[in-house]
Amino acid sequence: MLIFEKSLNGRTNPSQAPSEDSVIDDIPQHLLRADEPQLPSVSELQAVRHYTRLSQKNFSIDTNFYPLGSCTMKYNPRACNKYAMLPGFLNRHPYSSERTGQGFLACMYELQQMLLDITGMRAVSLCPLAGAQGEFTGVAMIKAYHQSRGDAERSEILVPDAAHGTNPATATMCGFKVKEIPTDENGDVDVGILRQVVGPNTAGLMLTNPSTLGVFERHILEVEEIVHTAGGLLYYDGANLNAIMGKVKPGDMGFDVIHMNLHKTFSTPHGGGGPGAGPVGVNERLRPFLPIPYVIETSGEYRWAKEDDCPRSIGRLSANMGNAGVLIRAYIYARLLGREGMRRVAEFATLNANYMMRKLQERGVDMAFPGRRATHEFIVTLKKLKDKQGVSAMDVAKRLLDKGHHAPTVYFPLLVPECFLIEPTETESRQELDSFISAFAEILQETETDPDLVRHAPHSTPVRRLDEVRAARELDLAWRDESN
Amino acid sequence: MSEIPSELRYTKSHEWVRSMEDGHLEIGISDHAQEMLGDMVYVELPEVGATVNTGDDCAVVESVKAASDVYAPISGEIVEVNSMLSEAPETINSDPYGEGWLFRLQPVDDNEVDELLDAEGYSEVVEAEN
Repeated sequence: MLIFEKSLNGRTNPSQAPSEDSVIDDIPQHLLRADEPQLPSVSELQAVRHYTRLSQKNFSIDTNFYPLGSCTMKYNPRACNKYAMLPGFLNRHPYSSERTGQGFLACMYELQQMLLDITGMRAVSLCPLAGAQGEFTGVAMIKAYHQSRGDAERSEILVPDAAHGTNPATATMCGFKVKEIPTDENGDVDVGILRQVVGPNTAGLMLTNPSTLGVFERHILEVEEIVHTAGGLLYYDGANLNAIMGKVKPGDMGFDVIHMNLHKTFSTPHGGGGPGAGPVGVNERLRPFLPIPYVIETSGEYRWAKEDDCPRSIGRLSANMGNAGVLIRAYIYARLLGREGMRRVAEFATLNANYMMRKLQERGVDMAFPGRRATHEFIVTLKKLKDKQGVSAMDVAKRLLDKGHHAPTVYFPLLVPECFLIEPTETESRQELDSFISAFAEILQETETDPDLVRHAPHSTPVRRLDEVRAARELDLAWRDESN
Repeated sequence: MSEIPSELRYTKSHEWVRSMEDGHLEIGISDHAQEMLGDMVYVELPEVGATVNTGDDCAVVESVKAASDVYAPISGEIVEVNSMLSEAPETINSDPYGEGWLFRLQPVDDNEVDELLDAEGYSEVVEAEN
């Protein structure tokens, strides 16, 4: 029920109304609206109840297992939030002086250093406000690099088909033509085709590793050599950094630039549209183009590197330095874990995924790449179930909701029919993983005994099966007062 | 198994091509493609008069699962688009080889059609995917 439907004409809420003296009265006449705005008229208690009830309907990591592959829905430790809420962080103004902000600047500097350590790159900027902006920044730097050398012919970015959908979008936004590189049957980049496609027009290659197929790219050094030999640069989509932290560094793989999704790997708040953070790391050749400001240190003093220090920078991505509150949380997360803890994150993320993969295989579930070890996520294909029982991956996903688990990512990647992309993350206990595996097995039983129960799921959620097709075809996003 | 009419030509990327009496070519996506994509919700068609080269992305079909590019099977000029699809994209699901056609083009070189897959060749492509 919408809050508008609880509204009663004439009901007012004086305690929440603005006081007389705060009324703004200098708005020019022609900018004033003619009609009253359509706002719900409810009491304070009604508003409180409405939003509390909505929050109770939330299906979140704080209430349930949430194995949404590619998204890394891991637990955000409460401590990160607690320390980020310290008044010194919370009340700091972005324009306060460097002299009074040495503590904050030191945290940001140390975060930069920790990201360098994890990625093996040479310089980091924390500016990008989200993973997508991090990608944009990375490709903009690749473009600036080629332009600075007068290498104007390089108009193409290569993107393997197992990449995140944002990669081709980023390349297009930066004015490049996208060339797709297919994946071979084992989930690796098809190196033969890559060799044919690279050339004097290649500006770079964007690679997600581990890929969206939940496997580590085995030809990574060969891919690096092919692209660099052709004069292109290598972009590392660090979306899946969670699986490799402390184990292997993109810098050591020869990559020129990487972005990191702090909301995934560093457990800052996730979803709901932000705020996010997508720092970029670069090697020596892209260092001059790094977005500003970032923190530099000279004899124990921290300050911002700005336009004067970095004349060839691609510039600023926002007025200031990025989402400070999110970056602080990532910093605290990394400090709490330490270098050894970071490595254990990757080990447990991978162990949990492989444990689930094996247990599901034992129960007769098909894997998309049965011959490969999973990284932090793996792909199940329910094609046989669809062909035999007419029960789709979507049906099983909905039935999982009835059993108290968030569904994994469905129908992604598109390369695999009737698929689930399952990512348990490192923060789940074995009991939780076992509970999901049992629920999955129960559902497979149900498809034999009572397939309609699965086809019409969910049965116990606040709303039943949604009509996704109608929702997309007949967009209806604004409330209208039908009574007028 | 999806339907693959024998009188049409196909691409590996799941477009079909029909030679029309007036020399134009009609292009759509195969039954297999619409089945994989699921319920269509939006279609973006090329501009009439635009020239396209073989392999160019020239239309987009969007389903509840994904948005997917449609590629020009051969080079030519777009002469007509199926604008009815913007109101009823589901036609691609119900009649992929008929009312669900996407656009028509005037080919630069008629012989290019012969280089496309025939029904048998295309059914092997579909087989290999399964």
